[in-house]
This record gives sequence, C-alpha cells and structure tokens, in this order.
Amino acid sequence: MSTGIPVARPRYRGGVAKRRQARAAWLFLAPSLVILGVFIVYPMTQALYLSFTDYDVLNPATWTGLANYRELLGDEAFRNALVNTLYYAAVATPVSVALALGCALLLNRRFPLRGLGRTAVFLPVVVGLAIVAIAWGFLLDPDIGLLSYWLGKIGLTANSGWVRDPTLAMPAVIIVGVWKNIGFYMVIYLAGLQSIPRDLYEAAEVDGASPWQRFRNVTWPLLANQTMLVTILCAIATLQAFDQIFVMTHGGPFFRTETLVMLIYRQGFSEFRFGYAAAISWALVLLILVLSIFQFAYFRKRAVRY
Amino acid sequence: MTILATSTAPAETVERPAAEERPSRRRQTVLLVALTLAISAVMLLPLVWMLLTSVKPEADIVTFPPRLFPRHVTLQNYIDVWHRIPFARLYLNTIVFAGTVTILSLILDSMSAYALARLHFRGRGVVLALVLVMLMLPFQVTLIPLYDLLNSLGWTDTLHGLIVPRATNAFGIFFLRQFFLSLPQDLEEAARMDGAGEFRIYRQIMLPLAVPALLTLGLFHFMYNWNDLLWPLIINQDQAHQTLPSGLALFMGQHVVEYGVLMAASVMSLVPVVLFFLLIQRRFVEGVATTGIK
Repeated sequence: MSTGIPVARPRYRGGVAKRRQARAAWLFLAPSLVILGVFIVYPMTQALYLSFTDYDVLNPATWTGLANYRELLGDEAFRNALVNTLYYAAVATPVSVALALGCALLLNRRFPLRGLGRTAVFLPVVVGLAIVAIAWGFLLDPDIGLLSYWLGKIGLTANSGWVRDPTLAMPAVIIVGVWKNIGFYMVIYLAGLQSIPRDLYEAAEVDGASPWQRFRNVTWPLLANQTMLVTILCAIATLQAFDQIFVMTHGGPFFRTETLVMLIYRQGFSEFRFGYAAAISWALVLLILVLSIFQFAYFRKRAVRY
Repeated sequence: MTILATSTAPAETVERPAAEERPSRRRQTVLLVALTLAISAVMLLPLVWMLLTSVKPEADIVTFPPRLFPRHVTLQNYIDVWHRIPFARLYLNTIVFAGTVTILSLILDSMSAYALARLHFRGRGVVLALVLVMLMLPFQVTLIPLYDLLNSLGWTDTLHGLIVPRATNAFGIFFLRQFFLSLPQDLEEAARMDGAGEFRIYRQIMLPLAVPALLTLGLFHFMYNWNDLLWPLIINQDQAHQTLPSGLALFMGQHVVEYGVLMAASVMSLVPVVLFFLLIQRRFVEGVATTGIK
C-alpha cells in the first residue's frame, strides 16, 4: 500500500526521504495511537475477557466460561430489552426516514419562510437530548403538561400520563428520538436532491409524467444512496437509544422502555454485574454489525448510478 | 407528528412549470408556507415551552389548564438556579470538558489524519483499517472496562478522567483524512523540495488550508461532548464533577421536580451550542451534507 515515492520526487533522495517520512508519520500518529490503544483497544479486549467472568469491581474477576452468555439466553430482562430495542429501531427508523425525506422535499422548493423551516427542523440536532428530554417530559406531564392537555382535548388521553402509561411510554420516547434527529437526515436528503440533474425532470415533464410518477421514477431511485446512508445511520443510532429514556422514563414503567443500553447501565452500574453487562454489550455489537452488513448488502444491489 | 407524516406525502416534488396559471400557483405557495409554519411549530414547541416556562412564576407553572404563555414574566428562576443546584460548578465542568476535548482532539486528529493522508510509510493500511474498525464499533462496549480502568487509575470523579480518553477519536481522524486527501499535492511537494520538515509542512501549509474542515469537526466534537449524557454519568458519579446533562438529569431524578428552575438551567445550558451553531451554521450543515454525497 505504501510502495511508491511520488514520481515528482527526485530519485537520488528516495531512500533517505522515504525513511524520514516514515519516521515523521509514526511521530504524528504516536499520541493518537497511544490514546486509542489504552482507552479503546485495550478496553475492547477487556470487554471480551470480562464477558466470560463474574466481576463486581470489589472482588477480582472469576472465570465462569460461557455462563454469562448462557444466562443471556434465558434471561427475561435481556429478552425484554432486546424486544424493546428492536421495537424502537423498527418504528423509529422508517418514520425518521419518511419524515426526513418529506421535510427535504418540502424545503427543497423555493418559497418564503423556507429558511425558517430548515432551521426549525435542524435546530433539535444541535441541542442536548438529555436536556430537551426534561422539557419533553414536562410537556407530557399528566397534570400540568401542555401537550398532554392539548392531546387530551382531541381525545388522546393517557390515564396515568404518557410516560407512566405502559403502552404509551415507548411511543413517547420514540417521538422524542425522532424529533431530535430528523433534521440531520433531512440535510443529507437535501444534498441528494440538489445533486439530481434538472433535465431529468424536464424530460419526465415532456413525457407527461404526473408529480407522483416523477417522484417514483426519478427522485426516489436517484436518492437510493442517500436512503441507504440515512437508514443505516438511523438504525445504528436507534439501537443505541439511551438519553431521553434515562431522563423521561428511566426504563419504566415496568421495564417497558428498557433498551439494551439502559440494561447495560442497570446491570453494570446499579447491580455491579460487570461481567454480565459486558456480555450484553457484545450482544449489542453483534446486532449493530449484523444490521449494518445486512443493510449494506441489500442496498448495494439496489444502488443506482447515473 | 402525524401532521408531518400525512401532509408532506411526496406528491409534489418538482416545481411546476411557469406555464401554469397564476391563482393555482399562489394557492400552492400559501399551502407550502402554511405547512412549513405547522412543521416549524411542532419542531420548536419543546424549545419554546422550555424558554417560556423558565420565565414563569411558580403559580403559572403548576396551573391547570396549562398555558403556553406566562401571565407574568419573571427572572426569579434564573436567580434561584445558582443556589438550588451547584449550577456554576456544572457549567464550568462542562466548559472545561467540552472545550478541552475539542481542542485536544482537533490537534491529535489532524496530526494523525495528515500522516494517514499524505505520508507514505509501511503499516499505513493497517492503521487505517484499525481506525475504520473503531469507527464502526459502538462505544458502549468499552464502557464497563473503561470505567474499571479509570477506576483503577484513580481517574474516576475527575475531569481529566473524562477528557483524556476522548482526546482523539476515530471519526475525527477519518473525517480529516478525507479532507486532506482532497488537497492538491503540489504545495507540500514544493515545500519538501525546499527542505521543510514534515512538521512544518503540517503546521504551516496543511493546517491553514484545513480551517473550514477543522471548524466543522470542532463543532461536531464540541456539540457531542457538551451534550453527552452517558459518559459523564458513568465516569463521574459525584455531583461536583458532573457536566450539565448528567447533573440536570440526576437532579431531576432525585428531587421534587422544580420545573421553573430546571427550565432556566436548560435554557442556559443550550445557549453555547446554539450560539456556536448559529455562528457557523452554513459550514456545519455543509459538513453534514457531504457525508451523504459520497
């Protein structure tokens, strides 16, 4: 991979320059490599080791082989968290993609107030989810929350309040998660829309294509790459949902919003079962990896070049 | 949210040709503006609610039915917050944490990126592959052993414990490498011929050219760390070393909820990122957009 000295370089300096350049490169890389090695690579190997042990920080880890993984398979809490996480991802991903695309299509047109719309949709991306989740929790408060009051007026009443109702808590945290991120995906779609050649639409127009046909046959296929990227980014992000759940429901009511990351947090830092928590985190890695590969393969077949 | 889902159905994706008669075109513009206003209202509601609640007296906050606008405007919450929570402490911690991480990371990321993009050496492919692998693995998997490691170093409940592990990062290295790859070779070749060392080329030629990319990445880093909940929540469990997100989240969990104070604290903790964003908005949005073009 590093075979060549660029042709422009005079030949006679080749050997020395090459060696000097390699030394400089390692010096440039050294601080980063030390930090990444100590604080990412080493913990990664430790995470693997710990997942085969019983460890509570106070006492030394004891090797238990596959016991943690065997426990995972039969653990009700793990299955619950897995189902919740998949539910979250399965709902939030398509909803986010559709809303982001919808906003991008709307805000790609030329009309007054377009700038306001773009900023409003994008602003939640920069604010802290943990912090705005406090405001969201307040909006949905059953007694003094404005949103739950408004929703109650149009007949959407939750008896014990959105975040305390076992069936509504998950939709509530999903809405907050979607709200937070669609602006990011919208911007990716906007860039995609702007890269579609105009004459394609003109040609479709000449052929008498309806707006829907133009979307179906021009816009949508030419956005395939953006859709791939957004779907993957969104699925991966939703599988790691944590912030608004920690703030709004803390995994409740009755563990109905406990995602895998919430479970890792609970097992690790309130029950101090580090070995078991490490095993759960590998399940998360596996999930994210499998999904990425699956999606990548799927979209690769469909990606359109023009 | 359903408003968004149904009414932005992609029925009209292309601007109508000029041939169409005017009234229908005006009607369309009105429709678009109305739709945009509705979407903006939904998106901004939590932030507006936060802002308006922060200036309400207690009586207006707990009133039923709830009201969006305050009857009286008061700044009392903005005064109370400083002694109801160790707010100054949280604020300072967050500035030090997010600020230091951003600066350190920009330096270390750009050094590594320069080496990976512009220098030839044996092992470059391996290092690059390592960076890509780290880019893909979710950071939660290192959380438990990382806590264990920092704990054994005595680095938990300290600010450097929060900062040092974040002082460089795979995303930043990759992002800047892509940028450096796009720069022309001539300048540095010329400098190299003149006998300039690699560090001088990096410092005096590459860095100045990379300012736009560094600003974008800087905002990413700053925003990510300023807003991060899980990392400070776990590494620093005593309140004196929390940052704003973890400090406020824990405060909310432990006390009878005083929304007025909490909303005032929230507004003030959002100000720096929102300002930073508004300052370099264009560049930032372009940064996001280019991730989609590849």
